[in-house]
Amino acid sequence: MTSAHTQQLTVILNQHQQNLLENWLTTLTSKLGRKEKSGEFEIRRQAEQFLSLLARTLESGAGSDTDGNDWADVRHLLGEVSRTRALQGFSSLDTASFVFALKEPLFDHLRSILGEQPAQLAQEIAATSSLFDKLGLYTIEVHQKAREQVILRQQQELLELSTPVVQLWQNVLALPLIGTLDSARTQVVMESLLQKIVETGAMIAIIDITGVPTVDTLVAQHLLKTIAAARLMGADCIISGIRPQIAQTIVHLGVNLEDVTTKATLADAFMIALKKTGSRVTVQNTEQ
Amino acid sequence: MERIPILRMGRLLLVTIQVDMHDRLAMALQDDLTERIVKDRARGVLIDISALDVVDSFIGRMISNTASMARVLDARTVVVGMQPAVAITLVELGLTLDGVRTALNVERGVKLLESESD
Repeated sequence: MTSAHTQQLTVILNQHQQNLLENWLTTLTSKLGRKEKSGEFEIRRQAEQFLSLLARTLESGAGSDTDGNDWADVRHLLGEVSRTRALQGFSSLDTASFVFALKEPLFDHLRSILGEQPAQLAQEIAATSSLFDKLGLYTIEVHQKAREQVILRQQQELLELSTPVVQLWQNVLALPLIGTLDSARTQVVMESLLQKIVETGAMIAIIDITGVPTVDTLVAQHLLKTIAAARLMGADCIISGIRPQIAQTIVHLGVNLEDVTTKATLADAFMIALKKTGSRVTVQNTEQ
Repeated sequence: MERIPILRMGRLLLVTIQVDMHDRLAMALQDDLTERIVKDRARGVLIDISALDVVDSFIGRMISNTASMARVLDARTVVVGMQPAVAITLVELGLTLDGVRTALNVERGVKLLESESD
């Protein structure tokens, strides 16, 4: 943490930058393995940028507090590197080793300079090590955040994908639900159903729960909410696709579905819907 | 004083709510409506709330009460034109307007009432 350490590090960074870079890159590429060889040019560019930024930051007398303002540029670069790697599917280990791999070549240089003074050498190595640990941990943190963002975006996309409202017939809508119903999804389902009711003027909406793995009290409550909202818009709802197991669960849980028309299959529900809307499908006898 | 107009369509009455409801306006509407149901021998009442972006528990209860009053006078009430957002809010509030018929728009509401009186 003493100024001597930063001085020593600055000296190494300034005088042996090229040598340091080569050593670092050798370690990096050997650690990365074969499949990322194509990104070697990119890694070289990032490494060069990092070294020159690090040298500049240390030269300007920045302390060991890597969260401070002095380190903003370095943090920005590392954040950028880690984010792109997270999106490319690298593991957090790969990302962090970008920084950690610089330690070894640096220690080599320190050893050659301070080989005669073991006490100072130990101190230097400890200080440098803790500095790079902080930087490495920072890259892991950014990596994690970037991954979390990816997951969040995927969740949102899944939400939109999984709630289609289709028009089956004039005045008849179908809502095939797939996956577990939570409150966030219920909201989306409800909104898209009601919007579609307004657009098409539908009088009947069939909610098909064949793809819903389990129905507990919460899911049932969400279903009933959706049905109540559709009723307020003047549309009746039919629940279809109730599997035998789910029928048993519903009764055991004491969920009251008596005010709702329920059918075992979508076909049955569709027949009821046709009857209610005054339509009829007849089979034409082709033999005559 | 401000009043909500009540239009007659044959033996149906059409009430279009377009302004914010408050106690006195609601009372006046219930007074007027019950009077008109008796005078015009109305068989049905359509309450159009398509112009309302916000329906709170007060309006919800007012509509329920009005419907019950009409029912006592042998007229059926249909609430028409509810916005999707309003429907979601009412459901979240736990106000499902049980005992009140609903329809998508005035046309559907008229059809519903006519099919029942036949």
